Amino acid sequence: MNIPSDSVGFVSPQKIAFETPLTFASGATLDRYDLTVETYGELNAARSNAVLVCHALSGHHHVAGFYKDAPDPSKSEGWWDNLIGPGRPLDTRKFFVIGLNNLGGCHGSTGPGTTNPTTGKPFGNDFPIVTVPDWVRAQTRLADHFGIDTFAAILGGSLGGMQAMQWSIDFPERVRNVLAIAAAPKLSAENIGFNEVARQAIRTDPDFHDGNFYAHNVVPKRGLRLSRMLGHLTYLSDDLMGEKFGRLLKGEDYQFGFDVEFEVESYLRYQGDKFAGYFDANTYLLMTRALDYFDPARAFDGNLAAAFAKSTAKFFIAAFTSDWRFSPARSKEIVRALLANKHDVSFAEIESVEGHDSFLMPIPQYHALLRSVFEGIKV
Amino acid sequence: MSANYIRPDFDVVTEWVPKGASVLDLGCGDGELLARLQRERQTKGYGVEISDASVLACMERGLNVLQGNIESGLNLFEDAAFDVVILSQTLQATRHTEALVREVLRVGKSAIVTLPNFGHWSVRWQLGVGGRMPVSKRLPYQWYDTPNVHFSTITDFDVFCQEKGITVVRRAALAGGNQVNFLPNLRGETAVFQIRQ
Repeated sequence: MNIPSDSVGFVSPQKIAFETPLTFASGATLDRYDLTVETYGELNAARSNAVLVCHALSGHHHVAGFYKDAPDPSKSEGWWDNLIGPGRPLDTRKFFVIGLNNLGGCHGSTGPGTTNPTTGKPFGNDFPIVTVPDWVRAQTRLADHFGIDTFAAILGGSLGGMQAMQWSIDFPERVRNVLAIAAAPKLSAENIGFNEVARQAIRTDPDFHDGNFYAHNVVPKRGLRLSRMLGHLTYLSDDLMGEKFGRLLKGEDYQFGFDVEFEVESYLRYQGDKFAGYFDANTYLLMTRALDYFDPARAFDGNLAAAFAKSTAKFFIAAFTSDWRFSPARSKEIVRALLANKHDVSFAEIESVEGHDSFLMPIPQYHALLRSVFEGIKV
Repeated sequence: MSANYIRPDFDVVTEWVPKGASVLDLGCGDGELLARLQRERQTKGYGVEISDASVLACMERGLNVLQGNIESGLNLFEDAAFDVVILSQTLQATRHTEALVREVLRVGKSAIVTLPNFGHWSVRWQLGVGGRMPVSKRLPYQWYDTPNVHFSTITDFDVFCQEKGITVVRRAALAGGNQVNFLPNLRGETAVFQIRQ
């Protein structure tokens, strides 16, 4: 295959073992765990050029580059490949970039599908409920592993942006720049509602077996599929769906039945099936719950500005006009709290049609802004 | 020199902003003034801009910039959050001018407003004798494509402040980069006001 010259090229993941117990916000403890990561670029001698990329709901450590051993290497690019590489906005000639799969994930890091050493069976519903602060603490150990005291930047979109913000709250001295894209300071009732519908779809699937489906050699595919279909609807915008599908029919005319009639149905079913084929149902529950629980202001009587009081990072907050899941107004709540502290912050409201998924798109204005942020960081 | 000639009001604003002040520049454009204030007056602050290109230009200068429409309110900012709020060559392009001035004086302990002076003799000449809407270096737009909707003269702005109970701390009229003290409303091309509640 032809690898573009500004790609990080072929990459491979590594699994890092952590043998020190980690206690979660819930009180549960993992005695040991693994984190699966990928890195791009070189860590400099001063260890001042490290950038951590935090993933969202269904993301993982494979952020950029291609896998040589994939069935079709040309289709194996990382989920934020368009951002990262030599000459790309997050330039790997300057920065050392780390992508990881968070705890509770299903892409190599310790999660519900991992064998629980005390029982010899998969954790299943015994896996600790994870929160954003839990993830961030696990990520600090990852930083320690690489000898990184302070990240030049931590960035993420959506749930990833929440982790980046949490870093500046819990470990202000360990991050110089926070880029929180298409994020929110907490979920709204509607957001939580969507998550709960998705969870119910999974938990009421007879193949779920209360989270211990591994023992039954089944996967709650119907539930996963429904939750992904619903998720997709909330990631896209009405405009984009109108543009992409409109009322296009699959066949010539109405068939007067409940099979796929409209293109949009076909698309959603395809996305749902694809997702159900590789994603762990318990991970989906954990990730959505981490979203629901995220509310850094909660420990400060609901005062978000107080939560950010100790932050010292420079912030870049961006939102997209077509994102109704975490609309620009939600990002402005973050900006307002940062301004109340007189922190360095820039905010951009970017024109887009792709809804919440816009943060993954190479929108020229968006990428130019990200480039300017990274070019401005001294390493 | 040429840059100064294009925006002579920047010199006055820079002179009037105290060292180390916190500033908010509304309609900050490409961030030229904000960058200069940081450099020469060690200010800390933010710019607000609506245009994509200007936001990017500010970011490339490493400035704090917030994208938004100043006319939809300054609700991102707390009361008296800034020592100085700057409205340079912006007010005349706003629709709800009075409401904006109120908001500006809410978030700023003082404000510096710069305006094109519609009382300048060439403006009066073009309209009064030529019978055409004035077009000049400072007012480069035709009547049909101008972003400016609320023109005023220096005297008009003085009267506005008086009627609204706004204190004019100081004012300057500029022509060709120099301050004019004699017949400012006739000879000044650009006016700079410092106001407070």
